[in-house]
Amino acid sequence: MKQKTLTTDLLIIGGGTAGCYAAITAARQAPDLRILVVEKANIKRSGCLAAGVNAINAYITQGQTTKDYLEFVRWDAEGIIRDDLVLSMAGEFNEATADLETMGLVIQKDAQGNYVSRGKQNIKINGENIKPILARQVKQFENVTVLNHVNITDYLTQDGRVCGAVGFSVHTETAYVIAARGVLCATGGAAGLYRPNNPGFSRHKMWYPPFNTGAGYAMGIRAGAEMTSFEMRFVAQRCKDTIAPTGTIALGVGAKEINGLGEVYEKKYGLSTSGRAYGTTNEAHEGRGPCYLRTEGCTSEQDQDLLRAYLNMAPSQTLKWLESGKLPSQQNVEVEGTEPYIVGGHTGSGYWVDSQRRTTLRGLYAAGDVAGGAPKKFVTGALAEGKLAALAFLEDQNTLPPLSDQALSQAAKPVLETYEAHLSQKENTGYDVFQLEEAMQKVMDEYAGGIRTAYRYNARQLALARERIGLLTDLAGRLRAEDMDDLVHIFELRERLVVCQSLIAHLLDRKETRWPGFGVNTDYPEKDAACEYYVNSKLVDGKIQVFHRPLVKGEVSYEHSH
Amino acid sequence: MSILIEQSACAGCGSCAEVCPGNLIKRRPDGTAYLKHPEECWGCASCLKECRHEAISYFLGADIGGRGNLMQTKSQGDLQTWIIRRRGADPITITVDRRNANKY
Repeated sequence: MKQKTLTTDLLIIGGGTAGCYAAITAARQAPDLRILVVEKANIKRSGCLAAGVNAINAYITQGQTTKDYLEFVRWDAEGIIRDDLVLSMAGEFNEATADLETMGLVIQKDAQGNYVSRGKQNIKINGENIKPILARQVKQFENVTVLNHVNITDYLTQDGRVCGAVGFSVHTETAYVIAARGVLCATGGAAGLYRPNNPGFSRHKMWYPPFNTGAGYAMGIRAGAEMTSFEMRFVAQRCKDTIAPTGTIALGVGAKEINGLGEVYEKKYGLSTSGRAYGTTNEAHEGRGPCYLRTEGCTSEQDQDLLRAYLNMAPSQTLKWLESGKLPSQQNVEVEGTEPYIVGGHTGSGYWVDSQRRTTLRGLYAAGDVAGGAPKKFVTGALAEGKLAALAFLEDQNTLPPLSDQALSQAAKPVLETYEAHLSQKENTGYDVFQLEEAMQKVMDEYAGGIRTAYRYNARQLALARERIGLLTDLAGRLRAEDMDDLVHIFELRERLVVCQSLIAHLLDRKETRWPGFGVNTDYPEKDAACEYYVNSKLVDGKIQVFHRPLVKGEVSYEHSH
Repeated sequence: MSILIEQSACAGCGSCAEVCPGNLIKRRPDGTAYLKHPEECWGCASCLKECRHEAISYFLGADIGGRGNLMQTKSQGDLQTWIIRRRGADPITITVDRRNANKY
């Protein structure tokens, strides 16, 4: 394997929404700073917004305040949120939105020039090209370099400080050793831990991108960073088969959820994200499925608008409507629950950060789906956190001296040896990476509360899951990579297995059922007021230690004590 | 979920391979593109939008209700036109103007 060594001031891992905006913020504030964005795919169409997005779902509309947004998030997440983080991101929503508009994003306006809202927190946009818009902006700065098609797998650490990262080209046998004063992780959440909704040919037809495999979580866990709220998984109610978003139908044409008997069931379960998901899966689980969004009777104009809206974010749903020959006005839209995802942009899972998005590892910052404690980020929350994390680095940069070349190559050596080991692996385990991925998804589905069990789990099942994920982790370490494509897949599997281990530990620890739509702990099927804390964890001497932290509420900001 | 790349229409420019968020599109020695793992496709349509030669079509797997029809798209300035080619029926064309926001 060839080796390239790069040096920068700020290394941003992941060029999605949060990563791009972190780069833009740092470049604006510090024109002399060297910024390097490293992306597994290409920032023009990478991350969860590759296909586009059709609303800004986090915006402080007229008459609303950031405190209203905080209360909304607290209600939706059943209290397990960081007030300081939600408030600071909400404070950036509108400025970030205006900035996006300046960059070229189309936002619907009324005759007076005000944005048109879709509910209390949402405004309507045309976001099909949001990633090309952000990517174009990033490339305008001379002090930003974008390295596409490089997969980062590990941080470089020295004495507990993160001072770079190691990865490899997805195309050629080239390893990258990158030294940086600070590292900002913006890699996204994790899909594909569980058996997906469509486990056959269309196994990647999921809502969250199948290419977001939890790399940022896994790197942090292995490096000893503290993580929070992994047990707060995200299960969303989505359109059957295409797993396309449903909010556009529910908010756009006011469609109610109905079960197979035609009964509106939302009052039984509530309108929180978890409540909606629970209603849909539980009605079907108890034999009253299938569930639908009641669109029959909407107008033909609404049909046409829905077809267009979905082309801007989930074109598969538009094709499905047209192929079936029945538009929403003619046939209700069937809905189902997704596989469980770990995604800090929607729930609280991710790095435990201070008020400015510093992780517990010095020199490492987190933003977007990898950062915990602040659910309901959506697009603008990811932008806000990218900005805040970049500003935190700028504040700290003079206390973060560059690492010596010798220390750098010493830190990189064991990671590079792992790449070589997979590429030169002689012993054949008899399995390929896809077989082990399927095995992992089966274990998680059956024993850790997947679709198979209608998201139900108990301690006995979780203990089995832990054991089997451990065995698969051993097998994955011995997989042979024929080429770089294989090597990417092997590392994606290894990342997912690390995330699974932490997730299982968190699920075991929370002895209650707080978010029934996201999972039901059948040993403790009720919410328990004694469990109002964060479940946090970190890897110490190869073992996951789980502990609790008290809720950060009100005007208090949480800061690290080290 | 997947796409079809028509080799005879592919100009070998590589722009689809460049943007695929899963790095799933590879190139033959002559530069033409192919999808290495069709079952790994997310269905984001990034490659369709990037292709200037209308060489890429989009289809739904039979397991998610597909009926063998194909969707293509082309860009002209702010207009994104989607064409759904149906078996035994006229194609359907939908044009989305990027200067207009979604109504929903």
